[in-house]
Amino acid sequence: MEVGHTAVLLLELGAVVFGLGLLGSLAGRIGLSPIPLYLLAGLAFGTGGLLPLDAPEGFFSAGAEVGVVLLLLVLGLEYTAGDLVENLRRQAPVGVADLLLNGLPGAALALFLGWGPTAALALFGVTAISSSGIISKLLTDLGRLGNRETPAVLGVLVIEDLAMAAYLPVLTGVVAASSTGDAVLSVTVALATLAVVLAVAVRHGSTVTRFVGTRSNEILLLRVLGLALLVAGAAEAVHVSAAVGAFLLGIALSGEVAERIGDVLSPLRDLFAAVFFVFFGLSTDPTQLPAALLPAAALAAVGIVTKFGTGWIAGRRAGVGPPARVRAGAALVARGEFSIIIAGLVLGSVPAAFGSTVAAYVLILAVLGPLAPRLVDPWVRRLARRAGPPRPSGRAPTTA
Amino acid sequence: MDVEETRLPGIGLRHDLVTAQGRRVGVISQRNGARHVVLYDEQDPDATAATIELTAEESEVVAELLGAPRITERLSRLREQVESLATEGVPIEPGSPYVAATLGDAAIRTRTGASVVAVVRGEEMIASPTPDFRFQVDDRLVVVGTSDGVAAVGDLLNPR
Repeated sequence: MEVGHTAVLLLELGAVVFGLGLLGSLAGRIGLSPIPLYLLAGLAFGTGGLLPLDAPEGFFSAGAEVGVVLLLLVLGLEYTAGDLVENLRRQAPVGVADLLLNGLPGAALALFLGWGPTAALALFGVTAISSSGIISKLLTDLGRLGNRETPAVLGVLVIEDLAMAAYLPVLTGVVAASSTGDAVLSVTVALATLAVVLAVAVRHGSTVTRFVGTRSNEILLLRVLGLALLVAGAAEAVHVSAAVGAFLLGIALSGEVAERIGDVLSPLRDLFAAVFFVFFGLSTDPTQLPAALLPAAALAAVGIVTKFGTGWIAGRRAGVGPPARVRAGAALVARGEFSIIIAGLVLGSVPAAFGSTVAAYVLILAVLGPLAPRLVDPWVRRLARRAGPPRPSGRAPTTA
Repeated sequence: MDVEETRLPGIGLRHDLVTAQGRRVGVISQRNGARHVVLYDEQDPDATAATIELTAEESEVVAELLGAPRITERLSRLREQVESLATEGVPIEPGSPYVAATLGDAAIRTRTGASVVAVVRGEEMIASPTPDFRFQVDDRLVVVGTSDGVAAVGDLLNPR
């Protein structure tokens, strides 16, 4: 008797999801982020990998899109319009320094390897943006929410997320356009749409919140998920990018309802985000990975140094001492979901080596990211002890 | 004493202060009601030495423990200071000419020297009523003043 298609689909899907569960618990036990393990699983299951699977491909490609929408929606829920505006006002110079310091090496490498301007723009984003997911979990796990450099670290993350909301439409526009004139037009349209939607989200957030608010969690889940997919689809249609549409919806939703939405959506986000990382691994050719290791490692080494630079600048601006500035830099090292989202947008229009380089780059920095603060900690402690309390009263420099 | 307030985007708020003995203490208020009490390192005042996480309920209990004795202390000190002052609840009886009048109409402070600091209405307590506050039958006015002043308020509101 032949095994039916449904049976194969369910068996393969079940094996993959169960395997991800095992990997996730393994990652948790050794204090790692599960993201690199999910990527590795995807590489193993893809064509040319250790255990090629073909049945769930359709599920994974659709699931990956939903994963991006959910990742950005839940991220947006955590921010209020007030947070964003205040941060933009206070942290803008730090944000510009951060993006240039970290993005330019990526863009330079892409041009050096002859991958073309689209790949350079994409690699700029991939190397510039830290992983909010890994970093906020890291700060919680290490009990550093109270540290005086933490607001500076979170401020950098917020600025990066905001910058991404402007950057993704530009990238989508460039990818979609066939000529330079086309690209300029489509980027202009995308940015104008973004500005209008952002203004609506900030002004009329409470209306949107009332519109989806309901007492039943089941109905809330369906309404918000449906609305998020609609907004994301509409945003994609005008080249603003689905991810940005979902992010803006998340910002518009606020208050107690937003908290409940976060609670009901989080498990779904975890599932589809895992699917998203696996899918990126699936669509990367593992045989190319060894060749990508060298450029990725070089880029990662530079990326670590430049994030320490960001941490130093952000920390100094926040008025914390040198040890705290080093800690801020170490916390910012991790790259993850956003780098993959950016790379996923351009995969079809850049050389294949791009995808494997980004996969290797994120593998390295998603592993080193959570380790960096732990590794520099003994050294930072010595530094602090040698300096002693900066004032006899133990009072830290006041923030400006 | 300076309490510094810092926003933590995506998390909540942090308040911190330096005690008279030079230790920095902070409280992180998460949006879901959980609180973290943070003690800072003596060597490195930017780093946390210890963090204690409290649920919404636990933080209420701790707040009461820290705050309640101070309130009782202050009250007893107040009572000593104002030994000569009297506090009394004066009702608005059904026959009072001030039923449905406002606090401003009654001009209680001008006429008696005593002040109405609160009004108890049923289960509710209205602290520091404004001049446009309108009396109802069975309101109980909490009046503070000299004993003569307080007695005068009773005579004014409910003349016999």
